Amino acid sequence: MNAAETPALALEGVRKSFGETEVLKGIDLTVAPHEVVCLIGASGSGKSTLLRCVNLIEPLDAGRVVVEGEEITAQGVDENRIRRRIGIVYQAFNLFPHMTVLRNITLAPREVLGMDRAESEERALSLLERFGLSDRRGEYPDRLSGGQQQRVAIVRALAMRPHLMLLDEVTSALDPELVAEVLNVIRELADEGMTMLIATHEMGFARDIADRVCFLEEGRILEEGPPERIFTSPENPRTRRFLSRIIAAGRL
Amino acid sequence: MLGGRAVLVSSASTVLFFTVIVVIVALAPGSGLVAERFFSPFHLWRSLVGSESEPSVLSAFLLNVYIFAISEVLILILALVIAVVRQIPGPVFFPFRMVAVAYTDLFRGVPLILILYIIGFGVPGLGLAFFSYLSDITYGIIALVLVYSAYVAEVYRAGIESVHESQNAAARSLGLSRWQSLRFVILPQAVRRVIPPLLNDFIGLQKDTALVSVLGSIEAARAAQIYGASQFNYASYVVAAALFILITIPLARFTDRLIARDKRRREAGALA
Repeated sequence: MNAAETPALALEGVRKSFGETEVLKGIDLTVAPHEVVCLIGASGSGKSTLLRCVNLIEPLDAGRVVVEGEEITAQGVDENRIRRRIGIVYQAFNLFPHMTVLRNITLAPREVLGMDRAESEERALSLLERFGLSDRRGEYPDRLSGGQQQRVAIVRALAMRPHLMLLDEVTSALDPELVAEVLNVIRELADEGMTMLIATHEMGFARDIADRVCFLEEGRILEEGPPERIFTSPENPRTRRFLSRIIAAGRL
Repeated sequence: MLGGRAVLVSSASTVLFFTVIVVIVALAPGSGLVAERFFSPFHLWRSLVGSESEPSVLSAFLLNVYIFAISEVLILILALVIAVVRQIPGPVFFPFRMVAVAYTDLFRGVPLILILYIIGFGVPGLGLAFFSYLSDITYGIIALVLVYSAYVAEVYRAGIESVHESQNAAARSLGLSRWQSLRFVILPQAVRRVIPPLLNDFIGLQKDTALVSVLGSIEAARAAQIYGASQFNYASYVVAAALFILITIPLARFTDRLIARDKRRREAGALA
């Protein structure tokens, strides 16, 4: 089997409940290598939970997650090993507040990949340079703007050279004027061919960047397709209703 | 902000308060006796430095400092182990968690002085090789470590639980193992947050070193008692008290400073 045929990510019948509430009601989703898939839907539709299930930060109740042909949900699989290939960026950045920017980025390469200090710092600095953050290397996260923190979080994930990036509403906690700098970084990653699964409320961004858009409601993927079709002529009436509310709110 | 009137009122109130106390003490029928029995300069000095017949309170106090220093290091380590064991998830570790919980329940629940008696008189009675032939001071240190570790483990646990779960999620997402996440991400933040309550417990520990005397060691409180019994003068107690205060006050002020610094830092963080 060659790489083009093996999906970067395949979810089969993924279910997840929190107590009585079933948040994911059987999700099937495949992401091809170099594909950018955007998950849209109202808050509470299960987008974030879905992303957290992909790298087993939330354990599944049922279903399978297959990363590059390897089932991460199988018994006895070392989840730490598979997580290295998956980068995840959270809405709230989740940088380590007691470490400098540079240490935030080099921690996992050094402790998980066993890189030496010089090599890990070199890798971190070249990434920081690329995203215009090299003068921030010695700062603590609290001293950075939200946009800078989020870019550092992206760099931290990239330092592990992931094959797949999961982005969980990465601009939702940012002031409006800081959103663009983060979206530009993601756009750059997409142009380079990074495989990404993105939960977002930024519909304009999703339309620009996505190869495919999935509309989630109440824990199910109700509709999926290329952005041109989803955003202009959605078939499912619920997708239409969701998008019309978004348009009414002036967000598309 | 303190205005002119507020300064005036607070000064007047302070002066009045201390005047009343001084007057009450001076008018008390036994005030002359108190001055002689507790504050006689001769006895203050003699009990501090010691004599042929009585031990020096100052040199006895060095034993308190010694016990404190050794116990503190051991407590910091043992308590951390207990706190970490207590939060390891998974059914396999259930017995370990149970032991950690039982440990804290037991040693927080029993008065220190009883633990001192049980260890200090019980263990030698068992006739074990090595363990039954340690010095009184060593048994005292063991008892202090056992009891204080239970308290300090709870302080650590509060710190660990105060670190938001998203920090662990971020670390695990990067491929760090549970242990690596704990070591590099959770514990450094947790320990930083609990430094003020930790120091608070150590002030308590510093004072409780005096209880080791029940096993026979002559530390400051015991030396003061010996002096008082032989000279019928209690200046030695005042001296011992002053020595304890000399150590605990700097610790207390240091704790205050750390709390203030932590507050400033959090407020700066909230602004960003």
